[in-house]
Amino acid sequence: VCTSRFWFNYRHVANTLSVYRSVKRLGIPDSHIVLMLADDMACNPRNPKPATVFSHKNMELNVYGDDVEVDYRSYEVTVENFLRVLTGRIPPSTPRSKRLLSDDRSNILIYMTGHGGNGFLKFQDSEEITNVELADAFEQMWQKRRYNELLFIIDTCQGASMYERFYSPNIIALASSQVGEDSLSHQPDLGIGVHLMDRYTFYVLEFLEEIHPASQTNMNDLFQVCPKSLCVSTPGHRTDLFQRDPQNVLITDFFGSVRKVEITTEALSLDKDVAGSESKFPDEELATEPLKYAEQLPVAQIIHQKPKQKDWHPPGGFILGLWALIIMVFFKTYGIKHMKHVF
Amino acid sequence: AAPVQVQLVVRMAVVFGPGSGPGDLPKPLPFRDVQEMEISVNLRSSVTSRYEMLYRSTTAQEEAALAAATAREADAALHPLQDTTLGSLTMYVVPETSSLLPQGINVYVGKHRSALVRAGGSLAALQARLREVAQVMSFTAASIGAALSDRVPDGQLSPDARRYLKSSLGYEITFSLLNPDPKSHTVDWDIEGAVNRFVKPILDKLSLVANFSVDSQILYYAVLGVTPRYDKESSSFLLSAHSLPHVINPVEARLGSSAASLYPVLNFLLYVPERSHTPLYIQDKDGAPVSTNAFHSPRWGGIMVYNVEAPASPQASFPVHVDVDMARVMEVFLAQLRLLFGLSREEVPAEFLLESPGNEGLADWELDHLLWAHTVENIATVSTTLTSLAQLLDKIGNIVIKDDIASEVYRAVTAVQSAVTELSLGHLHAAFQASKEAVTSSETAFFDPSLLHLLYFPDDQKFAIYIPLFLPMAVPIFLSLVKIARETRQRKKEPTKMD
Repeated sequence: VCTSRFWFNYRHVANTLSVYRSVKRLGIPDSHIVLMLADDMACNPRNPKPATVFSHKNMELNVYGDDVEVDYRSYEVTVENFLRVLTGRIPPSTPRSKRLLSDDRSNILIYMTGHGGNGFLKFQDSEEITNVELADAFEQMWQKRRYNELLFIIDTCQGASMYERFYSPNIIALASSQVGEDSLSHQPDLGIGVHLMDRYTFYVLEFLEEIHPASQTNMNDLFQVCPKSLCVSTPGHRTDLFQRDPQNVLITDFFGSVRKVEITTEALSLDKDVAGSESKFPDEELATEPLKYAEQLPVAQIIHQKPKQKDWHPPGGFILGLWALIIMVFFKTYGIKHMKHVF
Repeated sequence: AAPVQVQLVVRMAVVFGPGSGPGDLPKPLPFRDVQEMEISVNLRSSVTSRYEMLYRSTTAQEEAALAAATAREADAALHPLQDTTLGSLTMYVVPETSSLLPQGINVYVGKHRSALVRAGGSLAALQARLREVAQVMSFTAASIGAALSDRVPDGQLSPDARRYLKSSLGYEITFSLLNPDPKSHTVDWDIEGAVNRFVKPILDKLSLVANFSVDSQILYYAVLGVTPRYDKESSSFLLSAHSLPHVINPVEARLGSSAASLYPVLNFLLYVPERSHTPLYIQDKDGAPVSTNAFHSPRWGGIMVYNVEAPASPQASFPVHVDVDMARVMEVFLAQLRLLFGLSREEVPAEFLLESPGNEGLADWELDHLLWAHTVENIATVSTTLTSLAQLLDKIGNIVIKDDIASEVYRAVTAVQSAVTELSLGHLHAAFQASKEAVTSSETAFFDPSLLHLLYFPDDQKFAIYIPLFLPMAVPIFLSLVKIARETRQRKKEPTKMD
C-alpha cells in the first residue's frame, strides 16, 4: 500500500512497486496481490521519463515494468477501502481482484509506506489510520480466520508506533524507525528531480534480490537488514505475538509462494463406453434476458437529483442547555425588564 | 473461538443372517443398543458420537439376497430392501465360514450404505468390528478433527495435517489444456463430451453438497516454470518431486481463475510437453516414476502430464494431430477431485474390501462422510462468526445495526440450533441443509459493508477538537455567572440593611 499523493512523494510509489516486483519474482501471482497506489507517478505530467518508475540512481531499475496490475488506484486508496479489504466487509459488486480472498491457511504480507507519525499513518494527505484501528482490523481478521500468519512491514517516520497496539496472535511486525525517529530517504536523482526510494526499503530490496524461490533464508536475516549505520534510523521488529521461532520462518513463507504438493497415487476406473447423458448443462438452455450495458455510474440520476431531504432532528440536549445558559446569563446580567424591548 | 458441543447420531441396523448370531446375545432379537464416544477437539469443544443400533434377524427377502454367489451381487440385491436415508447404515452379519466374502476379508463395504461383516465369534468381537466399519462409513475422530481444524491451536497442527477443501456453497471447476508447443502438436480434446460422460455423474451426486460450475480453456505457449532433467537410462525427461511446488505459480498467472465467481476454484491442468521434452515423467520421493503422471495441491487442483508418442516415421509433417484419451485423463482428474475433498481410501484396514463406485465416482457412504464433516464444520463456523460479531458490537457501542442484519442474525441462530437438534436426532440431510442456511445468514450478517467502524477517537483528540471551540465562548459566560452570584449574595444582604 502506498498512501502518499503528489509528485514529490515519488519515493513511496517506488518503494511499493519494488516490493511488488520482488514478490512477483518470487512466485506470487497477481491474483494473490492487492496493490494500492495513491498516485500515478509513471504517467505523471512532471515525470521526465514517462511510463517508468525508477528505484536506483542513474535509472538502473525500472520497477514499473510492463506487467503491473494496480488494484486500487489514486483516490480509491482510502482508509475505508483499506479496512474493507482487510476485514472483508466489501460491497458485493467489488470484483475479485480487489478482494482479499484469504483463508485460515494463508500467510499474508502487508507492506505500507507513506508519511506517518506517532500512532498514525497519513492517507492521501487528508485522513489518517491510527494504530488502534489497524490492530482492531487485524483482530477482526483473526476472528474470522482470514490469515494463518501475518507479516506487517511499515516504512514511515516513527513506524514502530504502528505495531505497538497489535494484540492478535501470529503477527510479525517490522518497522523502519522507532518512535521519535524519522525514516530518511535514500538518494535523489538529479535527472528526475526527486528522491527515488527510502533507505529502509532500498536495503530490503537489495536483500530480497538475493532470494530465489527455493531459498532457505529465514526471518532473522530480514531483521538485520539496514542497521543504524546505513539507515540512520533504527529499524524495529516485534515477534512476541508469533508462535513459531523466527529462526524457523523462511522468507519465502511470506514473500514467495511454495505450494504444498502431493503425488496422485490413486486413479478411478471408469467405464469408458458409457453413453453421455442427453441433457447438457442447464446454462445453455436458460432463456436469459439479453445482456445490457450496465451503467456503472448513473450520471443522469446524479446530475438531476434533488438534494436529499435531510430529516429534521430537534436540537440535542447539549445545544439546548448551552443556549438556555446563554439566555439566562444575558437576562440576569441586563435585567428582565429588557425582555419586552428585545421581543 | 466459541465452544461447540455437538452430538452426532448415527442410526444403524445390524441384521444377523442365518447361522451368524453369536452365542452370547444379552437379549433375544430384536433389541436396541446405544454406544457413545467422545471426540474431544480442544478444551471447550467436544463432539460426541452416538451409534443407535437395532439388532434384528433377516427377513425372508434379505435371506434370499444373502444367498447370492458374490458379495457384489448380494449388495445389489439388498439395496432395495435397505433404509436409504442419508446418514443411516445397515450391516449384514454373515457366518464366520461364509464364502460370500473372499478369503482374508472380513468386511465388504458396498456402494450404497451397507456392509457385509463376517461374524467374529463373540458379541464383543463383533461389536468392535462393527464399530470400525461404522467409523469408516460415517466419520472418524480424524475427519471431525480436520473439519474443526481452524479451532485447533496452531502448535498442535502438524505440517502434514490434511488441508481439505473448506465447506463452501459452491465450487468452480476449470479444466485447462496447456499446449506449450503448438508448432509440433495440434491437440484436440473433447472436453464437453468428457464432462457430460464422466464428470457430470459425480457432480450430480455431489450437488447435494454444493453447487458446481464447470468451464474449460486451452492455453498456448504456457510452459512449466521448471526445466526437467534428462535421464539417460530411461531416455526420458524427469520432474523430481521437490521441484513440483515451483511448477504451479508461473502457470497460475495465466489461468485467469480470478475472473468468474467468488466460489473457490479448482483447477485441473492437462499438460502436453513440448516435442523436445517428450516423454516427461514425474518422479516421486523415491525416484520412481508415478503411474498416474500427475500431482495435486490441496485447495488448488491438480496437474497431469500427457505424453504424446513420437511419430512413427521421422518424415512426419509437423504439427502432429493429437486426440486426447479423455477417459484416461478423467480417471486421474476425478481421483484428484476426490482427494481434494478428502475422500481417500488409503487409510482403510487391510481386511476391508471396498466396492468401487464405478462411474458414479463416489459411494453413498462417502457422500455421507462429506456431509458429516461439512455439517460439523458449518456449525463451528457459524458459532465462531456469531460470537465474534457479538464481541465486535459489544466493543464498539456506536455501530448502527440495520434491521436486515438483525434478521439475518436471528435466522442464523435459529438455523444453527435446528442443525444441532437434527444432528442429535440422526437426520443428516436436514441438519446439513440447516447448517448451510446458518452459514449463509451468518456470513451475510458478519460481512455486511455497513459494519465498518471508523470512529476511533482517542481522548486527547477529543480535547484537542473541542477545547478551542468552546473555551473562548465559555470565558464571558463564566465571568457573567460569577457576577450573577456576587449580585445575588449582595441583594440578600441588602434587604436586612434597608430595613
